[in-house]
Amino acid sequence: MTTTILEIKGLAKSFNGHTVLHDIDLALQPATMTAVVGSSGCGKTTLLRLIAGFETPDAGTITIDGRQVASPESAVAPHRRAVGYVAQDGALFPHLTVGQNIAYGLRGAARAEVRGRVGELLETVSLDTSYASRRPHQLSGGQQQRVALARALARQPVLMLLDEPFSALDTGLRASTRKAVAGLLTDAGVTTLLVTHDQEEALSISDQVAVMRDGRFTQVGSPQQVYRHPTDRFTAEFLGDCISVSCTVASGVADCALGRIPVQASAADGPATLVLRPEQLVATVVSDSEQLDGVGTVIATEFLGHDVLLTIDPAGDAAPIVVRQHSLNPPPIDAKVRVEVVGSGVVLN
Amino acid sequence: MVAPPVSRTAAPVSRPDKAARPGPLVSATVAILVAATCIPLGYVVWGAVSVGWTRAYELVVRPRVGELLFNTVGLVVVTVPLCVVIGVGVAWLVERTDLPGRAFWRPLFVAPLAIPAFVNSYAWVGVIPSLHGLWAGVLVATLSYFPFIYLPVAATLRRLDPAVEESARALGSDSTGVFFRVVLPQLRLAILGGGLLIGVHLLAEFGAFAMVRFDTFTVAIFQQFQVTFDGAAGSMLAGVLVLLCLVLLVAEALARGRARFSRIGAGAPRAANPIRLGRTTIAAETALIALTVLALGVPGWTIVRWLWIGGTKVWVLDDIATALGQTIGLATVAAVLTTVLAFPVAWVAVRSNGVLARAVEGANYVTSSLPGIVTALALVTVTIHAARPLYQSVALIVFAYVLLFIPRALVNVRAGLAQVPPGLEEASRSLGSSPAATFLRVTLRLTAPAAAAGASLVFVAVATELTATLLLAPTGTNTLSMRFWSLSSELDYAAAAPYALVLVVLAIPVTLVLFRQSTKVAAL
Repeated sequence: MTTTILEIKGLAKSFNGHTVLHDIDLALQPATMTAVVGSSGCGKTTLLRLIAGFETPDAGTITIDGRQVASPESAVAPHRRAVGYVAQDGALFPHLTVGQNIAYGLRGAARAEVRGRVGELLETVSLDTSYASRRPHQLSGGQQQRVALARALARQPVLMLLDEPFSALDTGLRASTRKAVAGLLTDAGVTTLLVTHDQEEALSISDQVAVMRDGRFTQVGSPQQVYRHPTDRFTAEFLGDCISVSCTVASGVADCALGRIPVQASAADGPATLVLRPEQLVATVVSDSEQLDGVGTVIATEFLGHDVLLTIDPAGDAAPIVVRQHSLNPPPIDAKVRVEVVGSGVVLN
Repeated sequence: MVAPPVSRTAAPVSRPDKAARPGPLVSATVAILVAATCIPLGYVVWGAVSVGWTRAYELVVRPRVGELLFNTVGLVVVTVPLCVVIGVGVAWLVERTDLPGRAFWRPLFVAPLAIPAFVNSYAWVGVIPSLHGLWAGVLVATLSYFPFIYLPVAATLRRLDPAVEESARALGSDSTGVFFRVVLPQLRLAILGGGLLIGVHLLAEFGAFAMVRFDTFTVAIFQQFQVTFDGAAGSMLAGVLVLLCLVLLVAEALARGRARFSRIGAGAPRAANPIRLGRTTIAAETALIALTVLALGVPGWTIVRWLWIGGTKVWVLDDIATALGQTIGLATVAAVLTTVLAFPVAWVAVRSNGVLARAVEGANYVTSSLPGIVTALALVTVTIHAARPLYQSVALIVFAYVLLFIPRALVNVRAGLAQVPPGLEEASRSLGSSPAATFLRVTLRLTAPAAAAGASLVFVAVATELTATLLLAPTGTNTLSMRFWSLSSELDYAAAAPYALVLVVLAIPVTLVLFRQSTKVAAL
């Protein structure tokens, strides 16, 4: 029990008769980052607001650092939960300077101490200490977001909640900001729960990913686990491109147009659908004389800069498949290629 | 009535409406206020019931009532839209265009608030002695009340996120299209609030219309009470007036709908780029000059003229100083108390959006739209029967001012509260501040400009209040407006002029404070 910072059991919430969250279970280990990923409106923000204490659950419990903070019967007020919360737009107080914003949660401390702490926090989020005297509207979106983070960190929360904190930033800034934020939260040893609709973001910075759909978790696990071994089609497709091939499973091996591919041991024997990630497939050009099994024809190529997408028509009556590989010297259209599968696949019903 | 196109903006965030429950302190304050606002209403109903249905019917269905109804409804229907057009037009010119001298114009159009409507009437009668009837009423009322629209609209214009307008431009709207489709709908809260306030004033004003011999319900009720002191006929007229107020209230509530008022979007808003007027600059300047001459020039000139005629003998310094001291004292106490009490009511109205919230607000508006004399007489009746020591006490008159003027504070405090994004309060809560501390450090701080505006409006209103003061003031009280009214009623216009001047001068700094506070918002 004491090893989890956040423990959610059977959490449910509905608004005006519409159920937003169903029976949510989640546990966060200390000093890890967990991402809840789902499309907008799936209930992930409501989950965050329940943990922060802005809403009370209809069923289930929330325990933070060994203390139960919410159940349908009783709820600890938001300001008494040692939780940091960074809203989507930062929610900086417009009437206070950056320094005053950061110092907001540091009441009762000596002035000099507060000033020192504000300086430290600004450095932590890689902002110059001269920013302390600026007003929120003088900062860019990324800077506002970092100030909001510094403000939330000031109280040394045991749990940090981030609500789509990078969605307002442009792509380049988003990648660098999230990397910086993840790094500093890891350094500070803060357990973090991040809500996002961006699967790449979820996979890249978190230790644990929870995929949400219509108020339920479809799968919770490490990024590799949920990406490589999705347990259902929604999770598989939500986290990345999928290649589906019909196959016949026999004792842990799927037999399909691409050859014999190992799959999870629990897969039942018989006809099924094999799911692979595009990067698992490698297409190599073969000479016309080599008429072997698993040879197909390139019918379209799409150049994406770093990568290239090859649409390949396999021999026989199987549907075309898409292969993603690096863009150096790709096979031309009409080239005969052999498609090899790297690693194992997943069989879904 | 005033019903701009209703654009229901669906909340884009997946955040459901918060069903915030008010705490015990808030609930108790609101409950006491609601109970208090029922006193004047109860008085009217009791008056109607006690005369019996037959007599009540006779008193209501008669030509005199028809005439009063025509006058009163006509006044509201003509004056409110006129004030909206002038108020919004001036606010837009001053806040959103490159009009030369905006810094000069901006405070100038708050200044008419410093001139009580009855002083304005006195001034116009001085210029055109034959002035009377509906159009005289419309003229004086429009020039006196358009700042009630101008002020909140200008403040809202300053707060609007220009990005929204820029998006509209990018979607193919021209300046006119942007104004009508994007800016105006966002001003709805300010326009409706101000419009309701003006409507309520038109129904309740006595002095200004009595002076131009224009009979509205309030004027008739006052005369009725003065002549006969018989409650029946007067309270029946007041009953019709209450119904008119309800119509106003329902119209405003329907037009307001359930729009979202907090700004949506990331970060803090930028300042808007002024729109270039180009060739229309001269026309705009001319219009503003004409408005200034009508609203400020005429009263200024009349007061100066009477002072010139009266010379030094009209300056009875002892009397003026006493009246000034009493006026400032009463107005300060009432303004602070009213604004403090407006907060719980506004909070319930903005954050809980229930049937009760609407009822609470409505009760306050109805009370304030009752003529001051009805509220005053109700309080006299109640205190004589139930709380004798309060009769003719300072506490009672302050209480009357709170009941009469809480809507002025409420309109501002409510608009201010609606502009505080709930996300900021949540951020504060998650940073360890209790609900009370959050209110003090975030909500109150961000609402302070609006609250200060509300308090200033109440101060000016109390300083220039006439009817309730005449009835409820403890013996020996002589406020500035009481002295002004008694002297001008004796047709001693010259002797009344110093009081008019002091009333105006007293209100000017408050109006300036009001203006400063509302511009500070932009600097945040």
